[in-house]
Amino acid sequence: MLDVVILIVFAMLGLALLLSLWRLVVGPSLPDRVLALDTMYINSIALIILYGMNMGTNLYFEAALLIAMLGFVSTVAVCKYLLRGDIIE
Amino acid sequence: MRVESRFRWLPTPFRSFLLFAVWLLLNNSVSAGHLILGAVLAVVIPLITLPFRTPQPLILRPGLAFRHLGLVLFDIITANLQVAILILGPNKKLNPAFVKVPLDLKEAMPITILASTVSLTPGTVSAEVFPWAESLAPGEEPEQYYLLIHVLNLKDEAELIETIKSRYEAPLKEIFQC
Amino acid sequence: MSEIIISILLLVGGSFVLIGSIGLVKMPDFFMRLHGPTKATTLGMACLLTAAMVFFSVRVDGISAKEVLISIFLILTAPISGYMLIKSAIHHKLPASEKTKGKNNIEPD
Repeated sequence: MLDVVILIVFAMLGLALLLSLWRLVVGPSLPDRVLALDTMYINSIALIILYGMNMGTNLYFEAALLIAMLGFVSTVAVCKYLLRGDIIE
Repeated sequence: MRVESRFRWLPTPFRSFLLFAVWLLLNNSVSAGHLILGAVLAVVIPLITLPFRTPQPLILRPGLAFRHLGLVLFDIITANLQVAILILGPNKKLNPAFVKVPLDLKEAMPITILASTVSLTPGTVSAEVFPWAESLAPGEEPEQYYLLIHVLNLKDEAELIETIKSRYEAPLKEIFQC
Repeated sequence: MSEIIISILLLVGGSFVLIGSIGLVKMPDFFMRLHGPTKATTLGMACLLTAAMVFFSVRVDGISAKEVLISIFLILTAPISGYMLIKSAIHHKLPASEKTKGKNNIEPD
């Protein structure tokens, strides 16, 4: 049963990723695109964790943690750039 | 409000506890070696980084803080269900609005916690704190801070402000005693 | 037994993440779009990571609790990135949809 559920959730997350990608391409403004990128980071963390569950290994946890941290920092850095035209003043 | 800890060798007790817990979780073990190493790191890192930090108010009522945390976690779950229903419903029914909430809090740390709580709970995202820090003269203390929030579906403005003030702001005032 | 718990948590989490992305696509203006990803996606991730925690605790020997770290990290950082995004949106004077009330509450910078 779990295999089927994991497949269904894979499909859900893939769909979520595609919807975010659509917002990233369409825009219309820069903050919209940054928001879409931030959502895509979080969706990819979910995909990686799910892939680890599918393979039955815990090794992907560190990759997910790193993506979570880098995603947050890059979102804040890009927003700071949009606000001030500079990241470190 | 108190910024100095009672113990000189443990300037920020909660941060030390958090460091200890994160160390154990990262290593995924509770063996004696990791317990000792985690305890040493939890004491040493706050002491080394103390000179870089601006002093913030300490949590003075730990019991109440944990109860408030539980309440906020419960609210996050109910709020998410509400927002999910609102998102799936028709767009025409939504009444978005910007609401200005007057704050009793004055310190940066409690205001940050309040803004984050508001962002995670029912249908609201905190947008801005007025007055701007840049618009003030150095050392000047504004009489009243405002929190600007964006609401996805506004029903009653006065009720929303009352809920935020009594449910989320009052416990924070109690916890930090300011 | 544990399979049922894991399945329910996975399905709930996946639906919340999907709803967050639907909100991102469906809403008319930026300020309303922000609500989906900051709230629904965060809870969805918490559910998925709890499912992963239960899964690895059952399959592999010993309790595996480190997935909690990612949940805590996401719950702590989601409001902050949301705050930065809405601040930059206000700075860029993005149009809010016409029926938004209280637009004059935004102070000019």
